[in-house]
Amino acid sequence: MLEPVNISLESLNLMTLAPMLVPIVGALLILIIDFFKSEQDRSLYVMLSLLILGIDFIFLIESAEIFTENGTIMGVFDVMLIDGLAILSQFIIVGASMLFIPLALSQKRFHEFSYPEFFALFLFMIGGFQFMVATDNLILIFVGLETASLALYTLIAMHNRDKSFEAAVKYFTMGALAAGFFSFGSMVFYALTGSIEINQIAQVLQANNYENIEFVLIGVVFMLASFGFKLSIVPFHTWAPDVYEGSSAAMAGYMSIVPKIAAFVVAMRLFEFLIQSGIIWLEVILYALVVITMTMANIWALVQTDVKRMLAYSSISHAGFVMAAILIGTTQANSALFLYWILFSFTNLGSFSMLWISRQKNLPAGQSSDHSYNKFAGMVKTAPIAASIMALFMLSLAGLPPFALFWGKMYMISSAVTADFIVLALIMALNSAIAAYYYLKLIVYMFMKEPMKGSDGNVSVTNATLSLKTIIGFAAVGTIFAFLILNTLLEFITAFVYGSGY
Amino acid sequence: MLDNILSILIFFPALAAILGFVVDKNSIRTYGVAVATIEFALSLLLWFFFDNSASGMQFMEHIALVPVFGINYIVGVDGISLFIIILAAFFTMIGIASLTDTKNVKNMIITLLFLQMTMVGVFASLDAIVFYVFWELSLVPMLYIIGAWGGPLRIYASVKFFLYTFAGSLVMLVGILVMAYLYYQTTGQWSFAILDWHRLVLPENYQLWLFVAFFFGFAIKVPMFPFHTWLPYAHGQAPTIGSVILAAILLKMGTYAFVRFSLPMFPDASVYFMFPIAILAIIMIIYTAMVAYAQKDIKQLVAYSSVSHMGVIILGTFALNIEGISGSIFLMIAHGVVSGALFFLVGVIYDRRNTKLMSEFGGLAHVMPRFATIFGIMIMASVGMPLTINFVGEFLSLLGFYQQSHILTIIAGIAIIVGAIYMLSAYKKMFFGKVTKEENKNLPDVNKRELIALVPLVIITIWLGIYPKPVLGPISNSVESLVSLMHEKAVTKEAKARIPNPSTLIIRTTAQEAY
Repeated sequence: MLEPVNISLESLNLMTLAPMLVPIVGALLILIIDFFKSEQDRSLYVMLSLLILGIDFIFLIESAEIFTENGTIMGVFDVMLIDGLAILSQFIIVGASMLFIPLALSQKRFHEFSYPEFFALFLFMIGGFQFMVATDNLILIFVGLETASLALYTLIAMHNRDKSFEAAVKYFTMGALAAGFFSFGSMVFYALTGSIEINQIAQVLQANNYENIEFVLIGVVFMLASFGFKLSIVPFHTWAPDVYEGSSAAMAGYMSIVPKIAAFVVAMRLFEFLIQSGIIWLEVILYALVVITMTMANIWALVQTDVKRMLAYSSISHAGFVMAAILIGTTQANSALFLYWILFSFTNLGSFSMLWISRQKNLPAGQSSDHSYNKFAGMVKTAPIAASIMALFMLSLAGLPPFALFWGKMYMISSAVTADFIVLALIMALNSAIAAYYYLKLIVYMFMKEPMKGSDGNVSVTNATLSLKTIIGFAAVGTIFAFLILNTLLEFITAFVYGSGY
Repeated sequence: MLDNILSILIFFPALAAILGFVVDKNSIRTYGVAVATIEFALSLLLWFFFDNSASGMQFMEHIALVPVFGINYIVGVDGISLFIIILAAFFTMIGIASLTDTKNVKNMIITLLFLQMTMVGVFASLDAIVFYVFWELSLVPMLYIIGAWGGPLRIYASVKFFLYTFAGSLVMLVGILVMAYLYYQTTGQWSFAILDWHRLVLPENYQLWLFVAFFFGFAIKVPMFPFHTWLPYAHGQAPTIGSVILAAILLKMGTYAFVRFSLPMFPDASVYFMFPIAILAIIMIIYTAMVAYAQKDIKQLVAYSSVSHMGVIILGTFALNIEGISGSIFLMIAHGVVSGALFFLVGVIYDRRNTKLMSEFGGLAHVMPRFATIFGIMIMASVGMPLTINFVGEFLSLLGFYQQSHILTIIAGIAIIVGAIYMLSAYKKMFFGKVTKEENKNLPDVNKRELIALVPLVIITIWLGIYPKPVLGPISNSVESLVSLMHEKAVTKEAKARIPNPSTLIIRTTAQEAY
């Protein structure tokens, strides 16, 4: 006869689920509202989502307080893992989402935002990402990843252009392949160690001294490929520019930030113990991936004729740059990853929002794509403030001090230097110089060329509304004055990363 | 009140530039002149309250920025940086005052004021990261000035200027971060303060690598041969005001940084690389002089001659003794005044004829006597005639290097003298002989606005050529403490021998006097 299983409710630590449940409940709420009273304006859903994310953010602050007092907490049969990485990355996920969602209130009405489903899916996606980062259970990671990804594919397709269907299908196919790789890799690790929890996998592998090294390597290869797709690491990046081009500029900016930080956290949990165990092979592979991703993406970005595609390649290059932190693996490097990504989310979301406010409803004649360089020619004459802000974001992305991303770059390069990766540090520095060229190209178009004939000056701000301008102003202020909050940010991040043992 | 004068000097132009957006475009020139004059007055105030007898940093300010990572806002001046700051304020003032009619004059003046902030910031900051911030930020206004107001190839020239210097600086950034890490390893805390770094004694092999990393950043900025290729483009395409500021101030950032960073931080490496760099400097003097001789365009000629004289500055800096370094710093100021003035003069003639080809001119001395006189004085100063400002600097630089190597100094000296050929022949082509072209017969002479810029420069050229002590005194005070620091820090025997110990020198001279 089976013993009755007695588990006290307290030992489950159900509070660990609170931050993830908020967006999920919120999404259901939006669906219920639609059920009872449909045909509501998008502003209702935007503000509702914003409030829900606000509550989510407050829960995160609370769990951050608990973490500073008690350290890492496990919950729900030790499936949930609320450590510093989980909290930091959730801050980025929710924070970036709060910056993104007001962008739906654009001047022109776009198809997707009139559906309440868009906002429900959006909140489900955030819930998925939050689950993904707050666990070291491979199955829950998979569930979170797929919840979020499937929602994201739909969000892209809802933009309702031919290119967005193409983008969604492309992303879906690649994502499905990555999911397959992920599950296969997990299976290999399970077969090797009898566990699906990353920390136990690490312990078992350590205990038997990596005797089945060839199977470990197979598992690592599959995992690497899977995360390569998610992080758009070269050579798994091919979907990224097309998908960015097909989705709306705001969505593209969002995609360059939030899904990637979630994937970075999982990659950090999985790969860092493997690298530190002294598998030289993995270190070499990662080194090569980092260098190739940075350099190749930069070179491809040089030849783009569309600003959005350029920014897509630039995001790939930034991901490669940050991937170096996982290779280096010191506390300073991991802190640099979070610092970089926080500053990057400000800057990159800002620059994609600048594209978003210049978005026309339909493509005018004589313009090959939505955001070609020519469209921005002579912008300083027609819209000087918008041009200056765009230039600011470009300079920040190029890593020009004292703007936000410079500090991220500096700290990251410093962490490479500190860990004796001098050559890598030089490669990272020189890549920033290559990247400066294509960011400058846009500045050259905006400031040094004459406006196109027949441009009435409204093109660059045609989609602007107060809420878009607020977000851009917020991002711009953050980009300029990042150095003022840098100390607080650095102390906070380092304490959290160090406290969770990375 | 004077506790914060450096911060005021740095941020006043930037604040004024932001407020300048509100000023109407018909009044913006007056606004710009007023702001730049206040700034110049403040910089003179700085000089007035500067203690000439002290050799250390003065007017220091210290604000913590990122204490966990050792980044602080530290500023201060000593004799080395004081006069370059005054020069920067001065050139911005006369630059704005003499600005010819340009399109978008409002954007130009606001950009110039931002540029002034970065220039003063570079020379005043004593924290490597703050220094780097201003160093890099100075590229942006210059990019805009060249790219928006330049000649037909302006976009190529401005992007080349930006990328070339940016790439070099990034290598330097890695060097800065390595240096900070070495400091952290030695002392257990992060610091980017230059004065802290000055006290850190490094083993020779570290010094060599770090020297090379910093060298890339500085040498591209100077620009040293073979990294000089961006400069002729930038000068050739830039508007007059851009060339003036570039030649007078921005290039000095590189040579100043050698004195501020490379020499005191890496004395052994400086000795190790002394001859290779001296040889590069001499190649730079001779090669660019030859290229200058072949130019048809007067502005390119002035640009190449400016590079050529930067070689003498480098030579003096790497003499590693008091005469050489003081001379090179004095020459930085002299070169700023003289080549700035020459670019102004080229701008004057370009405004009248819209061409810079020397073959288009001839016999201008008859038509524009005042212009010819001023041009003549500046040419003479540029070739280093005694009793002009350049002579003092060049003489001291060569004197300093003579103690390290006779042969190289003699070659450099001959090269400078021979360099006079291209300047004088250019002057002959443009000003003497008959007026051949019809267009040149009725050219108006220099007007009041141009005289505002040129007359003070002529006065300085002659005044400091005859009586350099007010400037040279504070400079050599600070250089003396720099050299003694280098002597103390030097690890290798060769470096100890090459870098003289100033205190023994002083004892010797006083003993002689007593005898």
